Amino acid sequence: MNSSNIAIKQILGDFIQNLPPSQEYLILSFSPGSIPLRQRWRNNCLSADFLADYLSTFFLGNDNQQPDSEKQAEVKSAVSYIANELLENAMKYAVEMSPFPISIQIHLNPDLIIFQLTNSIHFQRTQEFQAHIETLLNSDPEELYIAQLEKNALEEECEESGLGLLTMLNDYGAKLGWKFESLPQDFSEIAVTTMVQLKI
Amino acid sequence: MEIKTENYNVIYDETSQNIIFDGSLRLNGTAEYASISELLNNVAQQEPEKIVLDLKELSFLNSSGISILSKFVINVRKRKNIQMVVIGAKKNPWQGKSLKNLQRLMPSLKLELE
Repeated sequence: MNSSNIAIKQILGDFIQNLPPSQEYLILSFSPGSIPLRQRWRNNCLSADFLADYLSTFFLGNDNQQPDSEKQAEVKSAVSYIANELLENAMKYAVEMSPFPISIQIHLNPDLIIFQLTNSIHFQRTQEFQAHIETLLNSDPEELYIAQLEKNALEEECEESGLGLLTMLNDYGAKLGWKFESLPQDFSEIAVTTMVQLKI
Repeated sequence: MEIKTENYNVIYDETSQNIIFDGSLRLNGTAEYASISELLNNVAQQEPEKIVLDLKELSFLNSSGISILSKFVINVRKRKNIQMVVIGAKKNPWQGKSLKNLQRLMPSLKLELE
């Protein structure tokens, strides 16, 4: 495939290209080629819960001694939800058995949690995905969300709910951004990084 | 009617008209939610006066699950004469963020967060 004929927009939405170094971060990375992705589904929950539980520890009360348990519960729930949705998306859309790893990174800043999920997708799906992203970025999230729920209710057989990213925007007030990068060794795949910024 | 698994339970108590969810529900897409959808549709078809969705002990729900609950609310809304109550708990922060959308789908729905 000759990828040079098709313009690939590199950055969409709110994407921080040079992430400032943070003291606290975690990265999980795994290869989609080792076992079929669909059999990893249970690991999404385990990974999301681990990331959430680990990060929530850093939320202390005003005295910086005792845990702020309400804040911790909120952070844990939000991180677990967002990480799980990002991993579910990677399971659904990443190129199966690809040598390109799936990775999720979470950076903790004083008032912002930044998630980055990277996976590869089939080159042919790029335009469709970018069109979907443009719709997400250019609509009122609440209207789009309700419209999506109504649409799902009409479609008996729809396999995908299309709600993961929309709930992050609408329910969690998160900012979303994407980076698309071509892979020099394989023109049939393209690397996509999804960034989610969650204010805390 | 009930569905019991290692990670979650869904039970319909006909006398109290409560549908009780507990545990953590993060299944893969519509297909894996089929048995839960069937249970919910069965309850809607019986057209009880009132349906209480008790989610107090449901610690997590993924977006596919949110879609299933929304479908159910729309199904109940179509039947007009059913009073719908959703009970959540503040200890599950996702409920404070996501359950209000059910009310947007069905303005007469009563949402309680304990």
